[in-house]
Amino acid sequence: MNPMRGLLKLTWLEIKIFLREPLGAFGTIAMPVIAFVVLGRIAGGSLARLSPTSRGGTLVAVSFPVFSTVLIAISAVLSLVTIISIYREGGILKRLRATPLSPLTILTAHVLVKLLLTATTLVLMVLVGKRYYPVGVDAPLAGFTLALLISTLSILSLGFLISSIVPTARFAQPLGAIILYPMIAVSGLFVPIASLPPLLRGLARFLPLTYAVSLLQGIWTHEAWSAHLGDIAALSLAFIVLTAISTRVFRWE
Amino acid sequence: MARPVSPVGHVIHVSNIRKTYGRMVAVDDVSFDVQDGEIFGLIGPNGAGKTTTLECIEGLRTPDRGTIAVLGLDPARDATALNARIGVQLQEAQLQKRIKVWEAVDLWASLYKTTVDGNRLLEQLGLSEKRNAWFMTLSGGQKQRLFIALALINDPEVVFLDELTTGLDPQARRAIWELIRGIRDRGKTVFLTTHLMEEAERLCDRVAIIEHGRIVDVDRPARLIDRHCPERSVVLVTADAAAHERLRAIPRVNDVTREDDRITVHGRGEDLVAEVITCLSEHRIRVTDFRTGTPNLEDVFLKLTGHSIRD
Repeated sequence: MNPMRGLLKLTWLEIKIFLREPLGAFGTIAMPVIAFVVLGRIAGGSLARLSPTSRGGTLVAVSFPVFSTVLIAISAVLSLVTIISIYREGGILKRLRATPLSPLTILTAHVLVKLLLTATTLVLMVLVGKRYYPVGVDAPLAGFTLALLISTLSILSLGFLISSIVPTARFAQPLGAIILYPMIAVSGLFVPIASLPPLLRGLARFLPLTYAVSLLQGIWTHEAWSAHLGDIAALSLAFIVLTAISTRVFRWE
Repeated sequence: MARPVSPVGHVIHVSNIRKTYGRMVAVDDVSFDVQDGEIFGLIGPNGAGKTTTLECIEGLRTPDRGTIAVLGLDPARDATALNARIGVQLQEAQLQKRIKVWEAVDLWASLYKTTVDGNRLLEQLGLSEKRNAWFMTLSGGQKQRLFIALALINDPEVVFLDELTTGLDPQARRAIWELIRGIRDRGKTVFLTTHLMEEAERLCDRVAIIEHGRIVDVDRPARLIDRHCPERSVVLVTADAAAHERLRAIPRVNDVTREDDRITVHGRGEDLVAEVITCLSEHRIRVTDFRTGTPNLEDVFLKLTGHSIRD
């Protein structure tokens, strides 16, 4: 068989199935965009006056775009974790296993679906944002997209690991949340890493999200890629190690 | 395509396999062979080790001990090569709730090099009208027929069916039996598990009875019955007072019991019924009712294990 053909077919099929879910497209794509617009209207023109390049400066110019993309990436991971465990519990994974599909193909298809949906949401937000957040648009979008892709893959691999080991779908979502939300808290998104207590600072150094936030914020504020090689190395390492562990411990049923 | 010859020309060769989960021994020292082109049934109560045995043969589990060859391949090592040549229906498997029937068939077809026409398959299985229906909206019988379609899409040499008709009504069950006979008649080997003795007796060319993870006996259903339950009985109703003595005189008859007009004749072997009829006509004994009591696989199971399969 042709693994590429199976992957593309499964990915396309999973997108269609996802869009058939009640609230599927609305909850994942429309809701964030609507929330974004509503926020933009409330904040009004005051945003336009803020400078995008004042490093570490305003909440809206730097943190908000990064914050929202990270949140969307995290929710993609959570829904990946949930869907894998639902598929496992329902015997769907087991049924797929008894075909020439490899486990990697099945998981890759789900990752692609999540990436595509996340990308769609973000593109819509950027388009809508042009009107309400004129500051954001002169950010390096291509570079930011690349940084986002690297970050998302790394966070997704953590999602993999969680979905490989959780026993049931009922555990998946809360466990994912318990791991991911504290990770956001110490990632430097709200509070600069430097001002965290030593213990949390040490913890932050071991979490991939910390490097993702550093990379995303840096690229958003026009910093050079060369200043973030350490972040990229850390994220790649996390991706390789976490994916390797999850393919080992992955359970089909 | 030429088939590689497995040890003794069998499609499936299982030899002394054992599988434990923790301290629980699910399957112990199980051996049997499945021949080319037959419907082979692994029968036994729930929890006897049927599914574990089946999933070892399919390559979904690896036995702790023993060897398995399917089409000359080791399912644990040659899973990829084997997957292309077998068709599998799993117990309690599901598909995505909102996948359409044709999409599932289309996806499965894209995974294999050799495939049969999916539309024709759906037609043969009576699912043409459900092509655009979501999986979650199908009835139990329709879901099972879809799973059969998926198991057949790659034109497999061996088809594995696990508790295929569980939960179906008798009519849907009969329809599925017809389908399975059709699969065999097209030259394929069918390996199935069931806890329904009637299903095994009607459908299977040969059966292996499994109990507490061990194979108790393997043979054609009729021969298992002959071997373990050779007793036959004839029940007849007659007003003829002499009938009792006449029937007792038949050499094959062991015992004749009487309850008012109702006489029960106990004996052995398939000729018992013919001899009773001959005796009745020779002596012009007029009967108003006549029934034969033939043992079935259910009785064989009871005899071999000391309890009913339903317990």
